[in-house]
Amino acid sequence: MSKSAVDVPPMGGFNFDLCRRNDMLAKKGVNPPSFRKTGTTIVGIVFQDGIILGADTRATEGPIVCDKNCEKIHYMAPNIYCCGAGTAADTEAVTDMVSSQLQLHRYHTGRESRVITALTLLKKHLFNYQGYVSAALVLGGVDCTGPHLHTIYPHGSTDTLPFATMGSGSLAAMAIFESKYREGLNRDEGIKLVCEAICSGVFNDLGSGSNVDVCVITKGHKEYLRNHMLPNPRTYISSRGYTFPKKTEVLITKITPLKDKEVVIEGGDAMEE
Amino acid sequence: MADGAAHESTEHKYRPISPIFASTCACTLSSPTSRRRSRNKPSVSLKYSHIHSTLIFLCFNSFSLIHRTTMATTMVKEVGSEPAQLLGPESASERTLYPYVTGTSVVALKYKDGILMAADMGASYGSTLRYKSVERMKSIGKHSLLGASGEISDFQEILHYLDELILYDNMWDDGNSLGPKEVHSYLTRVMYNRRNKFNPLWNSLVLGGVKNGQKYLGMVSMIGVNFEDNHVATGFGNHLARPILRDEWHENLSFEDGVKLLEKCMRVLLYRDRSAVNKLQIAKITEEGVTISQPYALKTFWGFSAFQNPTVGAEGSW
Repeated sequence: MSKSAVDVPPMGGFNFDLCRRNDMLAKKGVNPPSFRKTGTTIVGIVFQDGIILGADTRATEGPIVCDKNCEKIHYMAPNIYCCGAGTAADTEAVTDMVSSQLQLHRYHTGRESRVITALTLLKKHLFNYQGYVSAALVLGGVDCTGPHLHTIYPHGSTDTLPFATMGSGSLAAMAIFESKYREGLNRDEGIKLVCEAICSGVFNDLGSGSNVDVCVITKGHKEYLRNHMLPNPRTYISSRGYTFPKKTEVLITKITPLKDKEVVIEGGDAMEE
Repeated sequence: MADGAAHESTEHKYRPISPIFASTCACTLSSPTSRRRSRNKPSVSLKYSHIHSTLIFLCFNSFSLIHRTTMATTMVKEVGSEPAQLLGPESASERTLYPYVTGTSVVALKYKDGILMAADMGASYGSTLRYKSVERMKSIGKHSLLGASGEISDFQEILHYLDELILYDNMWDDGNSLGPKEVHSYLTRVMYNRRNKFNPLWNSLVLGGVKNGQKYLGMVSMIGVNFEDNHVATGFGNHLARPILRDEWHENLSFEDGVKLLEKCMRVLLYRDRSAVNKLQIAKITEEGVTISQPYALKTFWGFSAFQNPTVGAEGSW
């Protein structure tokens, strides 16, 4: 009944058969479409009561800003949030996936999720794909063991830090952190420092821009401050609305009604021929 | 003798011969035995003597070209790629392709009385920190201070050119001296022209100075990009130090505030630049002159609680 005598078992992982064709096309000048990246500044700090995460809101597609106000702080669990830099699709898909896995785990265990659980799930997934899933993440949350802040790189390595920055604007933001961070900041000082670091990325890096999002996570409570700061308002809209210059003067007004037109069909049907 | 034979043989056609073949053949044919042979046998002599003359002509040409080649190798910076074409494909490029011993960033800003510039004293050979006492800032003439990052040998060459420039200027003895704007313009021209010959001086230069009360701070990169600003930085300093300077610099900084700001930038660079060393100098130039400080080290802080015990809550991870 089946024509093929040999059944080839399905191969897992990536299929690289089209790479040769893609290379040949690239040589002829046909380039693959560029994907949407979040050339970004994302930061996180540990302050005295918990974690503060911050992100800018610009998403770029090559040299074009494709989304002026996107959301880079993703929900993982009620007490854990994750900022993502790199390819937008990758960060969203990976954080969504791990968020659902965490929820299933919460149903299974009946306890609040821990930050290192999210960390290990993300790390395993990213390492498995050997860096091809281009997601650089700043993961922060407060669980029963205390506040935790981690960075996760696309190849799967992680760091545990008191302050972290990722993305193209990470150097500008890190310069602010290295010169101004100290332990035991209170909430307002922490938010101010995070906003300063993101603004440094926004104004000094071309891949970051628009507004500042902030998320404050403390024990048992979280606050997602969307567009906490808008340092790039549109300033060129005229407050009086649009005005047109004086038009030409009207000398006479003459209205000529259109005549009724009678159509006469001369013999035979119009439809014939 | 050979020239007389050449006149008779011009109507014959001859095959083109490559210069290398010409030079090798010329050696064998110029021996006395072959010349005598050609004169004794007239029919063959014409052919031989003709080839001989053309060979001598060709070899004379190639000798003159080889002479020019040796001239060119000594002045390789002025002539372009002639030597490579003549000597065949195996000759090495005499143009700068990569930097070898490099210095890291230089940061500078304008303050109330003049310019403050900071640079560390390290020079790396690839990923090895090879030299730890290299002065990367030098005073030029009476009014300028030059700091450089990038290839150290090219920096020394630039100092040599500037020495000559200042010397010639002093020889005029007319009471005028070259100010920072003029030196900056000279450096821009030098860097841009070298880049046009595909043989760049692999440096990013920071030039600051004060002349007649006017403060000047400018930068030239290795491809000739130059600009003037209130604060400049090279290399990694562009990414790490300039955001801080953009936020916190203001007109009429005092000397202490300027030094504190520069130290803040150098501290961030020390933490985050892998080729930085904790041994830096700060130089100041005012109307009175140049002072370069003694080398000193910055204090660093490593006492964050997350660094002490990073795996709290998850024993065994990192």
